[in-house]
Amino acid sequence: MTALAVDIRREGLRRALQAGAPVYLLLAALLVAIAVADPGFFEPDRLLAFAKRSAPLVILAAGQYLVIVSGGYDLSVGSLVTVGVVVAAETFNEFPGAPWPAVVALLLAGGALVGLANGLIVAVLRVPSFIATLGMMLILEGAVFYWTQGSPHGSLPEDFRALGRGNAVGSLPWAVVICLAVGTATVLLMRAAFGRTLLATGDNERAAALAGVRVARIRLAVFTLSGLAAAIAAVLVGGFSGISAQAGRGDEFEAITAVVLGGAALGGGAGSVVAAMAGAFSLQALFTLLNLHGVSGALESTVQGLIVIAAVWLGAVNWSRVRRRPATTTPRGEA
Amino acid sequence: MRRTNLSAVALAAGTLAVASALTSCSSDVPTGEANPGTSTSAAKTGDAQSKFFEQAEYDKQLALRNKTPQGPADRPWEQMFDPQMVQTDKYKKSGGLHLCFSNAGVFNPWRQVGLKNIRAEVSQHKEITEFTVFDGQGKDDKQISDIQELTGKGCDALIVSPNTTATLTPAVTSACGKLPVIVFDRGVDTDCPVTFINPIGGYAYGATAAEFLVQKVKPGGKILALRISPGVDVLENRWSAAKLAFDKAGLKVADVQFTEGDTAKTKSIVADAIQRSGGVDGVWMDAGATSVAAVEAFEDAGRDVPPITGEDQQDFLKVWKDKKLTAIAPTYPTFQWRTPIIAALRILAGQPVPKEWKLPQPTITEQNLGQYYKPNMPPLHYAMCGCENLPGFPQAWGGK
Amino acid sequence: MTEVAVRTADRRQARVPGLTDPVVMVYLALAGVTALGFITVEARGGDFLTLTNVVGILHNSVVLGLVALGQTAAILTGSLDLSVAYLISICTLVAAETMNGQDSRVLPAMLVVLGMSATVGLINGIVITKLQVNAFIATLGVAFILRGYIEDNYTGPAGKVPVSFQHLGYDRIGPIPVSAFVLAGATVALWLVLRRTRLGYHMYAVGGDEQIARLSGVRTHRVKIAAHVLCSLSAGVAGLILASRLGAGAPWAGTEARYDLESIAAVVLGGTVLAGGRGGVAGTLGGVLILAVLDSVFNQLGVDPFFKNVVRGAVIIAAVALYARRGQRAGDNT
Repeated sequence: MTALAVDIRREGLRRALQAGAPVYLLLAALLVAIAVADPGFFEPDRLLAFAKRSAPLVILAAGQYLVIVSGGYDLSVGSLVTVGVVVAAETFNEFPGAPWPAVVALLLAGGALVGLANGLIVAVLRVPSFIATLGMMLILEGAVFYWTQGSPHGSLPEDFRALGRGNAVGSLPWAVVICLAVGTATVLLMRAAFGRTLLATGDNERAAALAGVRVARIRLAVFTLSGLAAAIAAVLVGGFSGISAQAGRGDEFEAITAVVLGGAALGGGAGSVVAAMAGAFSLQALFTLLNLHGVSGALESTVQGLIVIAAVWLGAVNWSRVRRRPATTTPRGEA
Repeated sequence: MRRTNLSAVALAAGTLAVASALTSCSSDVPTGEANPGTSTSAAKTGDAQSKFFEQAEYDKQLALRNKTPQGPADRPWEQMFDPQMVQTDKYKKSGGLHLCFSNAGVFNPWRQVGLKNIRAEVSQHKEITEFTVFDGQGKDDKQISDIQELTGKGCDALIVSPNTTATLTPAVTSACGKLPVIVFDRGVDTDCPVTFINPIGGYAYGATAAEFLVQKVKPGGKILALRISPGVDVLENRWSAAKLAFDKAGLKVADVQFTEGDTAKTKSIVADAIQRSGGVDGVWMDAGATSVAAVEAFEDAGRDVPPITGEDQQDFLKVWKDKKLTAIAPTYPTFQWRTPIIAALRILAGQPVPKEWKLPQPTITEQNLGQYYKPNMPPLHYAMCGCENLPGFPQAWGGK
Repeated sequence: MTEVAVRTADRRQARVPGLTDPVVMVYLALAGVTALGFITVEARGGDFLTLTNVVGILHNSVVLGLVALGQTAAILTGSLDLSVAYLISICTLVAAETMNGQDSRVLPAMLVVLGMSATVGLINGIVITKLQVNAFIATLGVAFILRGYIEDNYTGPAGKVPVSFQHLGYDRIGPIPVSAFVLAGATVALWLVLRRTRLGYHMYAVGGDEQIARLSGVRTHRVKIAAHVLCSLSAGVAGLILASRLGAGAPWAGTEARYDLESIAAVVLGGTVLAGGRGGVAGTLGGVLILAVLDSVFNQLGVDPFFKNVVRGAVIIAAVALYARRGQRAGDNT
């Protein structure tokens, strides 16, 4: 590693810390507001239930974080969740006695493979990730419904669903355990050499390449990991809420919003994964809060839009002081 | 610059085209008084509007629930309420028939089952030699072009399932001048189609579900209303009728939430509602897609499932049967997709058809649940498809 | 003051000659898709390129075309706009409600719609530049705000467009729909803005490299805001055309057609680089036509609606991969 890379790493870490601050404040404020509206919310069981239902989005955010921080987008994750749920149902329909670990393994492998395909399209064919994953979204959606003619057959057995619905020990849901594991793994990954090169790539692809980073490999890795995360989310979503042709719809935008709320700059090079996951929790908390206040379902999106813009704005204000130059507004890293 | 040249060429070509064509200026604007609807003139077509509650339509639908339709009881898709027959001699045609269908889209399982029904119905009739289907992909604009294109394709009759009531009216109006048009599901704001096929309607659906809860929930009980999304006319009607029933009976609507058809979101909403207001005594839904998720939310919270309403999707019927729920499933039957083909054949044979073909709208209750629950069908299949005797059943519908 | 930036932009445009010019490739692709469609449909005993088909293709291109033109302006400056779909819905509603079936209110309604869309564009631009919120999030946020407004105020189609205004959406001059001339006019107008005005040069400069543009004295914020106003105005015109087609306003007119993502796909299919700085309206028009021809072929062949998405996704990826390859090779030569 050259001095340049180390420099980039320090800068990246400093930014990451700075960048994360507003989202923790936002999350804290939302939780306080929920507590005021409904004091019972903080009973352990309900808090765990909240964490359980947040888990898929948090995991998607962790995967999306890796992509965004290296300078791209992954718009295919929502449809990948849909595909995962439907494929699981179809598999159990074809092989009624299939052991659930095999089906989970199948989904994870499939997710990683789709992610790898995304990565290849971006890294080798040089298609911007926005377009590559948008195209992949259309292909996945179309293919899975073409295959099933619109509605999945079969249903998900209870032992498979336990991952998203049941508890591991006592009242600790499996989903929370898995979410913690994914979070820990991602944090460790970001602390390792991989994380440093990732930040360096997102910050300045050319400089990273000159410093010896194999940019193409990095891209393959992050998209594969994002696909893997989407597959894990699919297992949890399928478990949590059962078979549905709509599972995962719009999740890609929620995940990207969560990551940006967490302070990661679209276009790469900054942000912290813990903050991104806090961003996902914030979105879920916001949703719960709006529910509790019975904000008319219609106005809910207006409130959400305002809060997201305001939070990102405040985030930008905060760390523009420590930045050398203003944030770029496009995924420049790969263009 | 290269692009300049290209644009110049394009411009020149355009100008040429204009010049050569100026002599033949034409308009496809539909003529006559049947203009696109406003928010007030849409009442006559059943489920058209809901911003302003239509008392007359509401009364009519509620009354129809207790009437017996004409026609064979074992073929409800051929039954009709109070038919006002119209003569169709002028459309009579012999030989092979070419039917065309402009579909709004296949964006939900209800429409997917329906499309299978209509295709299977077509395959039963040898006299139909060609069946052209254009898919509107849920876009009004695309469906308008589709209808225009289909009118120039030599179809003998045009079947339209409009994406939106008011906005498809101009296109349907202009098609009416060229060939016999059959409209079903949603209506249009013109009576130019030969026949308009639809079940009793949204008010009846909402009221049936609500009245069940009124019966089963203790007076003063708290109702959670789960709706798919705001702004969909059919669903607005279901809700307005239900609200009326709850208010009349003194049930308290504790909360109205939009689920967007998302099962995960539904579970979260129900879980919050259970905790917050000290329980929920009944759940009303404007469509069945998320009813299983709602049931599970009660289970996960360790509560008994209160009286709940759903729809005729197999996953709900299964949970209902397995868990012995107190439930009801009003339907918006997919068997109505068979009727347009039957109507088209009658019209092209010169036989009379009703101006408005009102189909029955059966309800699944505790008593007839066993008849509709079919474990061999996929979870999102609609039981009220009337497709059991169609060619290809059950495989074509995903069953085993 | 902006010599450097302008020259940079010029060089970028001039760099890729001949067959590797994205615009040429787009139209070659369009010709290819059309030929392929023609052969397949005719082989199946159908009739492609009949008058009704061509009119259908043109009608289907107009609205997406207008949105995509505006999106081109935003993307060229290195931004993008995800709020157009909801904006179009609101525009159809406001247009139809303001007109309320009266001929005399057509002009005021058009002014109201254009004024409103310009305002939304202004807000998008200001949030992106002054509040420094990333364009993706800023316009997504604005989209959410608009959505809430729609859902809170409308339960279905509303308003009514007078017959005189419907001529805009239904009339044809010869075989060509009047609305196609609107699209052509908008294309020429935007082409002139991009290629013949200082604002246009600055838009390319900002999209090429915002830093260099700023250092060369370009007021980058103003340029971006202007691009977003242009983008929203185009969406407003698209909303007006839709209203005249639909005869009423529809709360989901813009979103069910996914004009947000479709327009971005069309722009990129037309050879404009998503990161900004390269591309133009001629290509975008080609991209839109490719999508419309594909749709028409699918209709003629009765292709399964779900399978269409697979093909569309594959076409978009393949096209952009091809542009990237060609662009790269040409770039290597210089």
